Amino acid sequence: MATYEPVLLANIGRENSHTREVYEQTGGYQALRKSLAMSQLDVTEQVKQSGLRGRGGAGFPTGLKWTFLPKDHPGPIYFCLNADESEPGTFNNRILMEDDPHQVIEGLIISCYATRATTAYIYLRFEYPKAYRRLQAAIDECYAAGYLGQNILGSGYSLDIYLHRGAAAYICGEETGLIESLEGKRAWPRIKPPFPAVEGAFRKPTVVNNVETAACVRHIMEKGVEWFRGMGVQPDPSNPRDPGSLGPKLYCLSGHVERPGCYEAPLGITVRQLIDEYGGGVWKGRQAKAVVPGGISMGLLGPDELDCPLDFAGPGKYGCLGLGTAAVVVMDDTVSIVDYLHNSARFFAHESCGQCTPCREGTSWALKILSRIKAGRGRLIDLQLLLEIGDGIGIIPGSTICGLSDGAAWPLKNAIRKFRGEFEEYIRKSNPSGYNNTEPVPAMPMESVH
Amino acid sequence: MSTERVLTDQMVAEIKAYFPRYPNRQAVTLPALHIVNEHLRHVPLQAVVEVAELLGLAPAQVQDTLSFYGFFKQDAPGGETRAWVCRSLSCALRGGEEVLEHMCKRLGVRPGETTADGKLTLEFGECLGACEYAPCMLAGEELHTCLDESTADKFIDSMRSSS
Repeated sequence: MATYEPVLLANIGRENSHTREVYEQTGGYQALRKSLAMSQLDVTEQVKQSGLRGRGGAGFPTGLKWTFLPKDHPGPIYFCLNADESEPGTFNNRILMEDDPHQVIEGLIISCYATRATTAYIYLRFEYPKAYRRLQAAIDECYAAGYLGQNILGSGYSLDIYLHRGAAAYICGEETGLIESLEGKRAWPRIKPPFPAVEGAFRKPTVVNNVETAACVRHIMEKGVEWFRGMGVQPDPSNPRDPGSLGPKLYCLSGHVERPGCYEAPLGITVRQLIDEYGGGVWKGRQAKAVVPGGISMGLLGPDELDCPLDFAGPGKYGCLGLGTAAVVVMDDTVSIVDYLHNSARFFAHESCGQCTPCREGTSWALKILSRIKAGRGRLIDLQLLLEIGDGIGIIPGSTICGLSDGAAWPLKNAIRKFRGEFEEYIRKSNPSGYNNTEPVPAMPMESVH
Repeated sequence: MSTERVLTDQMVAEIKAYFPRYPNRQAVTLPALHIVNEHLRHVPLQAVVEVAELLGLAPAQVQDTLSFYGFFKQDAPGGETRAWVCRSLSCALRGGEEVLEHMCKRLGVRPGETTADGKLTLEFGECLGACEYAPCMLAGEELHTCLDESTADKFIDSMRSSS
């Protein structure tokens, strides 16, 4: 741990780290100059060679995503920076945008140059007012310095960046939901294909990348491919399709730890390392009972699974959905898993966009059932119902357009399968006369569960 | 039903300033709704009609978008300050739901409601993205961190005494 020197967080904590002056004192905008002196294809190639995978949750290789843009398109090509960070437990983008906005914008300008985008929108969640102010001030400074606008630094390349504020809807973080929302519509995700690279915002080719991804691009262009590939988990040589998990990652740590915070480390540290070495251990000297590995969508690890490595392939080996946003939430041994799952189900029922029936109805029914269990009216058969919902909603079973409901399903599946005994005990104890009931019971009214 | 116009010249000018940013006017829907909401603390149906007129859309298109986002209220103006108390997992683990319940009791409102003096609208929030400071609350543009009942009380008192 001590040997790793943070790069993405290097400026955080420095006085006036959000200003152009301080950013430039620490080498800021040199990567942009270097990139503008290269061809756009060479920049793309360098990002591709680095092995950078998107940091927003899905982990798709960034350079490869860029190459899906049509080669001879007359334009315009749009770039959307996904700053709708809303996955519970996740706050690394906020820190970057508030305290080092120029790092994000430099990465964004380079990404736009590589993809020949001439307009970029930063889709920022409404709940980040400080990030809004800091980003707007940084954009203004960039126009004044010639880093944005017409003929950037005499390169002939021109780019405008606009901030676009969301309105408190989780689904806008899904890239096609984001595009619909940007276009002024309800944020209903699109059926793919066509993928945004072919037909995205305003029916034009569009790239959507995460804030942390853009920050990584800046450093890849400054420090090079070897630096980036020199850390993390190398691709599995026996699997030619494995891109590995390379480079640094911003891990968010919250919940029952002594020192919650955002920590930078090479991809692949274990949950236990993050909690003990970075977070000062589980708080109050207690033990971890369960851990969310990457934002609540990713599911749940049990107490005997803390050696799970936090790389793109790690959590999947433990039955979780994936690395997600690498936001780790720790629950100590006093937490009721029933409460955890109710909290998770309430979030997804609230945030389902309503487009696909299995997700809209499934997330609502999961919440109603869990509210009933929590209220002491649960039946053992309800666990089977919850698993049926969990197994039936999402892209993976093929019943929905986007992955929101995969994220709703994984907590259900992991919690009930890994903590079944606790659920059964809770139901038996809280409903001694009715736990074995299999007859239909009245549902909880929605207004009493929200 | 009154058809008195609700968008002021200033609001219209602020909305029009967004036109050059986008290739079409429908994309100005969310910025326009935010502008109206900042000025009026809600977006009444008449404002929807006027925004639609400005953007060359059917009112139903604007209303469709507005109603998708729970963010915009239509019936009455919200309080001078709108506060969201986070109830998502990281905050809930550190007492966020108890803080919200405490505030509801002290203020005599349920989440989504405005205090009788019109000073505060209290809401639950889903993850505010400040989990390292759990439990937290966003009040207006200010993030309140590591809340407990006593800091929540201080916030309520400062709201009440503000003029």
